[in-house]
Amino acid sequence: MGPIFVFILAAVLPLVVNHDYYQHLMILVLIWVVIGSSWNLLAGYTGQVSFGHAAFFGIGAYTAGILNTKLALSPWWGMAFGGFTAIILGVLIGYLCFRLRGPYFALATLASGEILRLIANNWTDFTEGMVGILIMQTFVSKLPYYYIILCIAAGCIGVIYLAMNSKLGYYFVSIREDQDAAASLGINTTLYKNVSLMISSFFTGTAGAFYMNYMGFIDPSVVFSLHHISIQAILVGIIGGVATLWGPAIGALVMVGIQELFRTAVFGLAPKWVSQGHALAFGLLVVLTILYLSNGLVGDWPKIKKVLFRKAPQETS
Amino acid sequence: MLTLARILIVAGLILVGVPYMLVGIGMVMGTMGMNDLFQMTQTIVIGILIGGLYALIGIGMTLIMGVMGIINLAHGQILMTSMYVTFVSFKYFGLDPYVSILISMPCLFLVALFIGRYLLDPLIGRESILPENQVLMTVGIGLCLTEIMRFIFTSNYQSVRTSYANKAYYIGSVSFNYPLTIAFFIALMLTVGLFVFLMKTDIGRAIRATAQDKEAATLMGIPQRKITFSTYALGSALDAAAGSLLLPVYYLFPDLGGPFTLKAFVITILGGLGSTVGAILGGLTLGVYESLGATFISMGYKDAVGMVIFLLVLTFMPGGLKRVTKI
Amino acid sequence: MNIFEARNLVKFFGGLGAVNGVSFKVEKGEIFGLIGPNGSGKTTIFNLINNYYPVTSGKIFFNGKDITGIKTHTICKLGIARTFQVVKPLARMTVLENVTASAFCRVNTIKEAQKLALEAIEFCGLEHYKDQRAKGLPIGLRKRLEITRALATQPELILLDETAAGLNPKELDQAIELIKEINGRDITLIIVEHIMKVIMTISNRILAINYGLPLAEGSPEEVSRNPEVIKAYLGEEYVKG
Repeated sequence: MGPIFVFILAAVLPLVVNHDYYQHLMILVLIWVVIGSSWNLLAGYTGQVSFGHAAFFGIGAYTAGILNTKLALSPWWGMAFGGFTAIILGVLIGYLCFRLRGPYFALATLASGEILRLIANNWTDFTEGMVGILIMQTFVSKLPYYYIILCIAAGCIGVIYLAMNSKLGYYFVSIREDQDAAASLGINTTLYKNVSLMISSFFTGTAGAFYMNYMGFIDPSVVFSLHHISIQAILVGIIGGVATLWGPAIGALVMVGIQELFRTAVFGLAPKWVSQGHALAFGLLVVLTILYLSNGLVGDWPKIKKVLFRKAPQETS
Repeated sequence: MLTLARILIVAGLILVGVPYMLVGIGMVMGTMGMNDLFQMTQTIVIGILIGGLYALIGIGMTLIMGVMGIINLAHGQILMTSMYVTFVSFKYFGLDPYVSILISMPCLFLVALFIGRYLLDPLIGRESILPENQVLMTVGIGLCLTEIMRFIFTSNYQSVRTSYANKAYYIGSVSFNYPLTIAFFIALMLTVGLFVFLMKTDIGRAIRATAQDKEAATLMGIPQRKITFSTYALGSALDAAAGSLLLPVYYLFPDLGGPFTLKAFVITILGGLGSTVGAILGGLTLGVYESLGATFISMGYKDAVGMVIFLLVLTFMPGGLKRVTKI
Repeated sequence: MNIFEARNLVKFFGGLGAVNGVSFKVEKGEIFGLIGPNGSGKTTIFNLINNYYPVTSGKIFFNGKDITGIKTHTICKLGIARTFQVVKPLARMTVLENVTASAFCRVNTIKEAQKLALEAIEFCGLEHYKDQRAKGLPIGLRKRLEITRALATQPELILLDETAAGLNPKELDQAIELIKEINGRDITLIIVEHIMKVIMTISNRILAINYGLPLAEGSPEEVSRNPEVIKAYLGEEYVKG
């Protein structure tokens, strides 16, 4: 019943905190919940650590944008199609990259993301190049956007939950644990890696298309960004906890929270120079998390509990 | 000797043969003329000169990869940090960048030693779901380095103007840009120095042994952990040298690390993981073909060259040039 | 009736001939042993059978059908399961999860798979450990887990790769018992083994190989008396007369 409670809480939140700025933050968190959870399905559960998820995010965003600028379709059509173009791209990338293992796979996905960025930058006739795409936003208020992304996020986590609690889940984890053993047990590893990838890319692409609709403006350096999308997705997963259902969601919350905390210098309470350090704070958080909490906040929760609550009186034996 | 011949032939083919062949094809098709032939020579020269720097960066990364088995995604950021150190030496102490190598190398060596010892070493053998823990740690480190530099120096573009920045040597009508040429020769000396170190000293041999077979090396009494983070420091020092050499010809800003990390591993993959000779060839190749791309296609696609090479290697020659040169 | 046939298997790794022309037939229901000194090519043959490595040349037949070059997972679905010499547990999963994952070879819901898994686990005597993580198990139990997993895929033929290596005498007897019971369920077994006690007592027929070539084939007694086999294992001096 926990998730339902969370969902209701999330649904009510923007009505309570009816402030544009905070609603923007909440939308940002939800976007990262989707990206992070999608990445986590492929990397944390299936063991294929992608360093190029920006490719899917970007192609979803550009699908929405281009459908609007070239075909004069409402960008919401892009939302419907963004996920599917991302799947097609995913299958292509999977075909090229899945034959590689470990660090090679990571690098190949990284290169894929970068190649797409370069294409978007240079194919100006199609994508407007570095200038980017600008569209009219449909809604003035943030509320409709919030509920849309909330549904996408809920759908994303829901699908991941269903997948992980089925044959798919067993197969994904088997592939992660030992790909060769998995094959000997009758698991078509290529097929299931692709299934995981398709789900992952679908939701990331949909988030990208949503981003186009919500922000009204995209350009290659933002939506295909290695550092701000691909790597960020990984870090959200790590900080929250890979291979956990709620890890990426927590990670998203922490990431946006910390960045905002620093960017505003603790909402104006700390000296001004603190605001310059938001990215540094995040970098330090990553280093510390990997060193001390390698399973993330959710994965290492037992460890955290022990440290936080060790001052509580011991139970008598 | 046979190996050396093989390497030189491969190098010659890739760096000189193929480009001229392309011009030849262009001339036959009528799209290129004598002017392009001359341009090609100049382009190759520039490519080789900067390729020397690239090679240095690549060697650093391939050393780390060979011994630690990780991709150092902070490589570009170490380069960037070294450039800032060199910048400070120039601006506040009036030291020529090429002299500052003597400062930046030890500096970054120590920084990298610290990183290796306290941030990377604890992760070895640690159980975690994602095997790429160390790689991700380097991502975090790179992030921190970038932001620290940004904090100190702001995001503004910086550059260094040396007195000889615009001078050039001429051989025939081909110009050899002064700073780049000096950089190339210093890089050459460092590379030769590295080879002597790896071949002749005990530590060097220990490093090579560890790169070939960690367990066997341990069984022979080679202290694993020390060698591992020493190699990280060594690879970073080479990287730092490249940074100092790069400063006179490149704009400096905190975010320049990323693209160079990418270049570094394209070079490493092209050359073959762990192969220092491969990294040299890879660096020169990347330099030449980026130069070709910039001259004959457009500046914008220069970065794309690296990515295309990367894809081609992964698809057709996954072992890298190592397979061909057998070293 | 021949359930399995390997014909002229050859495998070269670069210039090294690991397997240089091995042929054998296995009858349904029998326990067929494969022995040879270290490096003779035994495990490589297994790796060729389930296409872990592709054959350089040669053919493999299962139930009359040519399965050479068929993908590993398909071979499992066709009914050939294998265990690995260096065990490959799905480390972070529990024993039950490990076996459930393999049971999905035949069914599609978690309920059905767990049922099959529990059956296999009970058959192999691992009930006490079913909720323990695979990586925490001692080697004897990990080897048993390999067998249990193979069993859960409901195979007709199981390739057992050095199941007995590293076991103490008590574990060894248990392993032999288990293998006999599995064979009792009408499952054909091809066993690669080093430990003579195991292979001599339970095999119906044995093939001895060395340097990737066949040395001798026949009943355990015949093979153990064959001079070539003795020479390969123990050296020239032990060959009588």
